[in-house]
Amino acid sequence: MSWPALYAQLVGTNRHSTSLGKVWLSVLFIFRVMVLVVAAESVWGDEQSDFTCNTLQPGCENVCYDQFFPVSHIRLWSLQLVFVSTPTLLVSMYVAYRNHCDKRRILQGQEEELESLKKRRLPIAGALWWTYLCSLVFKMMFEGGFMYALYVVYDGFQMPRLVQCDQWPCPNLVDCFVSRPTEKTIFTIFMATASSICMVLNLAELAYLVEEGTGREEKPAAGRER
Amino acid sequence: MNWSGLENLLSGVNKYSTAFGRIWLSMVFVFRVMVFVVAAQRVWGDESKDFVCNTKQPGCNNVCYDHIFPISHIRLWALQLIFVTCPSLMVMAHVKYREGKDRKYMAGHQGSHLYANPGKKRGGLWWTYLVSLVFKAGFDTSFLYILYRIYHGYDLPKLSKCSLAPCPNTVDCFISRPTEKKIFMLFMVVSSAICILMCILEMIYLIGKRILKMINIRNENQRVVFADQHELTAITPPRSQYRRADPTLAESQLSLSKREKTEGRQKTTLL
Repeated sequence: MSWPALYAQLVGTNRHSTSLGKVWLSVLFIFRVMVLVVAAESVWGDEQSDFTCNTLQPGCENVCYDQFFPVSHIRLWSLQLVFVSTPTLLVSMYVAYRNHCDKRRILQGQEEELESLKKRRLPIAGALWWTYLCSLVFKMMFEGGFMYALYVVYDGFQMPRLVQCDQWPCPNLVDCFVSRPTEKTIFTIFMATASSICMVLNLAELAYLVEEGTGREEKPAAGRER
Repeated sequence: MNWSGLENLLSGVNKYSTAFGRIWLSMVFVFRVMVFVVAAQRVWGDESKDFVCNTKQPGCNNVCYDHIFPISHIRLWALQLIFVTCPSLMVMAHVKYREGKDRKYMAGHQGSHLYANPGKKRGGLWWTYLVSLVFKAGFDTSFLYILYRIYHGYDLPKLSKCSLAPCPNTVDCFISRPTEKKIFMLFMVVSSAICILMCILEMIYLIGKRILKMINIRNENQRVVFADQHELTAITPPRSQYRRADPTLAESQLSLSKREKTEGRQKTTLL
């Protein structure tokens, strides 16, 4: 299971998304997963080996690195992307469940009906609307949560060039130098921006869904009035 | 053969699983295999290189590393994931065996089927499915226990002291990235626990459904036996009992039905 397999899973649910959802999926995979795999991982690749402290004391570098980088950016982003993609699987599970129920009802149906069942596009109404809404809410929660966690752990989105550490076994206050701080800052800001764009897309999709849902309720009421 | 090969192999099992089983499989592949491949493996990537002991004695690093990490977490998790996903193959094998038997029967008995639906969990397949669930939960639990025993309770100390030969005295050894490793260890332990819970829920669901079915069948049988053993009598007596004869009425006026009247007239003419 890796990024291409996850992409294959999520593309299958695209049929039941709104157009904003399709845009969101593309932004997620092109600007975040691809950038992570192709660029960001190489920038952070040597983060520990090139983390240098001004001391020969064995163990000081390990301890200082651990103090300033409890969780690497790369791992946080990978987890964020996995968690953010998961609510979409909720929607695909619901669609599979609906197809299974309908398949039972048309058990005596012909082959073409069963095939069209797999290829049909369910309208986003009723229980599917609620499932979709829940998935959007969870997506936004995970995005916001992980961005906040990154902000809190690293005191902002900027990577310092120099950190000072006096944890045992370092003999005194030693200067430790982070490798490629500017490049890391650029990528952190890029990923944070992409994450915010995804959140904005989710918000817009939420508003669109709510508007469509309430609009559908008003239309039959208007029809009744006439 | 790699994780995607295993995933392809197991995607066929979804047809024969319950809803719980499908959710379990998605959980395993998204939260455990994917996080393992994409994140956890990199965290442990440099564990041997960046394991540092406060000594220049050659060989001390190696010996202490070997003592502290008899088997790496990553290797344990890879083994755990392989063992935990394999019992589902038992179910697939049983279904394939049934399909083979069905085909042989069809060839010998002019197209009639032995199994209406080889994938339906009846009889032997139900037991195979239950046993596979027991194995899944069992493997997960035993690997969690092994991890607990080897690493003294899911602990990853920043500093460990080592005094094995050839280290000259008690040296301080430092692991690389202990906090990050601890975070991922907790993540993997929690997701294993959730998977074990789901297996147990699925077992309860399967057994409960079966017990309910047996109770229904027993009630149905009891009803049939009761109907067989007791003579069915009319709840209300026949109508004539309720008819009070009016002494002022003529004989012909007593009966209500035309047939009875014609019979009565015939009887009187015969007499």
